[in-house]
Amino acid sequence: MAEPAATPAAEPVLEVIGITKRFPGVLANNDIHFTLTRGQIHCMLGENGAGKTTLMNIIYGLYQPDAGEIRMNGRPVMIHSANDAIRLGIGMVHQHFMLVPQLTVTENIILGNEVTQGPFLDRRKAAAQILALSERFGLEIDPEARVGELPVGARQRVEIVKALYRQASILILDEPTAVLTPQEAEDLFKVMHALVEQGVSIVFITHKLKEVLAVADQITVLRNGEVAGVVAPEEASEASLAALMVGRAVILQVEKAAAHPGEPVLSVEELRVTDERGHTAVNGISFEARAGEILGVAGVQGNGQTELVRAITGLMHPLSGRILIAGQDVSTATPRQITELGVAHIPEDREADGLVKPYPVVDNIILNSYYRPPFARGIVMNEAEAVKQATEVVERFDVRTPSIYAEVGTLSGGNKQKIIAGREFSRPIKLLVAAQPTRGLDVGSIEFIHKQIVAQRDQGVAVLLVSAELDEIMALSDRIAVMYRGQIIDVLPAAQADRETLGLLMAGVHPAQD
Amino acid sequence: MSPRPLRLTRLHVFAALFVLLGLALLWWAPGAFEADTISRLNFGLGRDAPGWGAPTRLTLQVIGGLYLASGLLALVNRWPRVSLAALVLSGLLIFPAVLIGAAAGKQTNVLTMLAESLRLATPIVIGATAGIWAERTGIINIAIEGMMLAGACFGFTSLFFLEPIMPGATNLVLLISVLVAVVFGGLMALLHAWLSIRFNVNQVVSGTVINILAIGLTSFVRREWLLSTRAGRITLPNIAIPGLVDIPVIGDVLFNNKPIFYMMFVLLILTHVILFYTPFGLRMRAVGEHPEAADTVGVNVFFMRYLNTTISGMIAGLGGAWFSLETVGGFDDVMTGGRGFIALAAMIFGKWTPFGAFGGGLLFGFADALGTRFQILNVPVPPQWLQMLPFLTTMVVLAGLVGRATAPAAEGIPYEKQ
Ligand SMILES: Nc1ncnc2c1ncn2[C@@H]1O[C@H](COP(=O)(O)OP(=O)(O)OP(=O)(O)O)[C@@H](O)[C@H]1O
Ligand SMILES: [Mg+2]
Repeated sequence: MAEPAATPAAEPVLEVIGITKRFPGVLANNDIHFTLTRGQIHCMLGENGAGKTTLMNIIYGLYQPDAGEIRMNGRPVMIHSANDAIRLGIGMVHQHFMLVPQLTVTENIILGNEVTQGPFLDRRKAAAQILALSERFGLEIDPEARVGELPVGARQRVEIVKALYRQASILILDEPTAVLTPQEAEDLFKVMHALVEQGVSIVFITHKLKEVLAVADQITVLRNGEVAGVVAPEEASEASLAALMVGRAVILQVEKAAAHPGEPVLSVEELRVTDERGHTAVNGISFEARAGEILGVAGVQGNGQTELVRAITGLMHPLSGRILIAGQDVSTATPRQITELGVAHIPEDREADGLVKPYPVVDNIILNSYYRPPFARGIVMNEAEAVKQATEVVERFDVRTPSIYAEVGTLSGGNKQKIIAGREFSRPIKLLVAAQPTRGLDVGSIEFIHKQIVAQRDQGVAVLLVSAELDEIMALSDRIAVMYRGQIIDVLPAAQADRETLGLLMAGVHPAQD
Repeated sequence: MSPRPLRLTRLHVFAALFVLLGLALLWWAPGAFEADTISRLNFGLGRDAPGWGAPTRLTLQVIGGLYLASGLLALVNRWPRVSLAALVLSGLLIFPAVLIGAAAGKQTNVLTMLAESLRLATPIVIGATAGIWAERTGIINIAIEGMMLAGACFGFTSLFFLEPIMPGATNLVLLISVLVAVVFGGLMALLHAWLSIRFNVNQVVSGTVINILAIGLTSFVRREWLLSTRAGRITLPNIAIPGLVDIPVIGDVLFNNKPIFYMMFVLLILTHVILFYTPFGLRMRAVGEHPEAADTVGVNVFFMRYLNTTISGMIAGLGGAWFSLETVGGFDDVMTGGRGFIALAAMIFGKWTPFGAFGGGLLFGFADALGTRFQILNVPVPPQWLQMLPFLTTMVVLAGLVGRATAPAAEGIPYEKQ
């Protein structure tokens, strides 16, 4: 394989040899071989559920493999717990952050490895150490801040500093960019390069092929728990990587015909919503979404999109203004009333708002209709109908699950999303509110979800698509609204929206005004 | 059309309550008391102790007026901070109001009343501290009651059997017995930890099991071995702290007390310092909020939970010794009388912090003391009714002002590893 010539640094620091891990009903890792060399950024790619996180958890000591061996610097090592991994210099930033929201940044970083003064915590000394690290690698963090109050980008930096604080020489980043804005992702890449220069080796997991081609020194692709290929970035293209991941050619462009917008389905009038802390998040918004069109809402995260969606779907009540769905005022309606009007919701935080994680797949699939026929017969459930429906959805949406009785919490991100989409799309709807519908999904699943959204539009559904991914907004939308500081600063027809214009609008610059 | 945030409406209910209470006081006081009736509040014993003769009617009217004003202020919905403070003050004023009303035309010693509150608060505060140790690491401990009961019973059993064997060494025997109480509290907790950590038994169920077990076990032990009552019940001795006892007015009240009373303060400070200023406390809190996060940085979640639940039980055992060894000098069936549950309320009232729990404990201790005081003062209203007042306040304060108390996030959820 194309190693960057025979520099003295090209020695393997971490070798994974024949790792196999089985979960009930799933072979998550099957005889995986993988080599990380010093000072390398090694990208790991693979469909949802391919086994990437499982492999990393094994390397980090959280799971024990059923077979196989791990070597560091040529010597076999036993990693039975996170403690062992930390001692060996392995650090990991988990796909779902491992931070305690109620504690401060300093407390989170030193936890388990505390700086003390006699028997007491020495917070001041710890903060100084953290600031030194943060300066050295350009990771801006505030040691005194409470983690729960930080935006995701900052949390990510805390996670990285946490690993560096433990003197990690191998850093595993499990989908760090899934929740970042493009700008934050750029900053992260700078940090990664700074780390590599100082001798750290990085395993970088992502679903975004552009990022892979931009930062990788080496790429390993997993499929169905096996290594599907190891390629050098200069030999790869987005299309070839996608094909290797999914095992078939993937259409990366969305194919859609021209829209035929009809009557307005959703109208929002002078809407104002406060966020959980009582600050104004949505500040006087008015717009309409018509049947048969996709209205994209672009904007840097945290500009009120979350609250807008929560207000429309009834999860939050507005402070003032009106929301009309199919002509009915739903400003103070309950989520169920809104659902029954024919509104489908793909929530931004699928783990918290979209699924009941400890429930089986089948119960999650009928979660919005379990109380009415055919799933309910009076006060008893009709189990057979539920099973029939679940089997159908699992098949039609290609959900990879050991069975329809598997706990939803154990499925991979993409499959969770498919379950939500399957549930929402298997009844007649008028309005689809999709928030970050492809966050954390692999290219194959993205292709699938996009096709479904376009198909809904073509059947005359009004779609409100909120996404932080500009590419996604531009690929799907018929009209694009840009949100900035709680207001819609412009609405453009998709044809007039290029990256540049949108980028400026998202930063609050209105070209027309200059 | 635009519903207000929930917190405000709750405050409104609360404010309306005070408006009604204020009106009631203003209307009732003139009819109930002559203008020259005096409630005499003494601060200390003896003739020349400082005191204050409060004109009953006028004081109650002033307090009623304050209620009315603070309630209206909150209803106006301006200056939220000021009106919140005024409502809290009103809440606290309930106690002197009740006391002054009860002592009309008589005199009562406020200082002993406060001392009594502190003393009665002891088992509640210790129990709440015990609760904090377990719950901060994510184990719900509703078995404080049972652990206290076990401590009370076995502590006294030890005294009962050791005393004849070791005559003359009373203090040593008492010390050993307290330790036995601590150990048995710890054993009960270990069982709770084992059930809920090893077998993932629902922690409320496991706690209930422990409570029932404790009642059965201790009454069996009593019936079997402790029935032959001996005269001269021994309790832990008073210890005067040299120097501090001589402080005027409060010295004798605070610094001439029994050991477990002092332990309450030691435990409070220790718990606070450990929880917020040591690595161990940091790990405790992390395990209670987000065990996976703690696990990924090498903190042993299971060990922390076992250890802290056991410590919790040991503290509860000490609280149990307060009943049998410090106060009564004997053991009766279910002698803890629900204090373990009240301790949990105090813990929640204090939002899982030691000093907050102390405040909660004091509130309940005061309620207890007030009940006794009413009987002494011979209040015409059945004492049960008056005794309820502080509890009502607590409920209103909890619901209206303290707001939603957030428990440690991982509380009650078993931690599972692959
Ligand atoms: N704790 C678990 N119990 C049972 N099955 C599990 C568990 N964790 C993962 N799996 C299964 O193992 C497989 C691999 O999952 P893994 O999380 O490693 O995928 P991934 O490649 O990280 O996917 P994604 O890109 O969605 O994060 C999936 O089929 C998943 O359902
Ligand atoms: Mg993963």
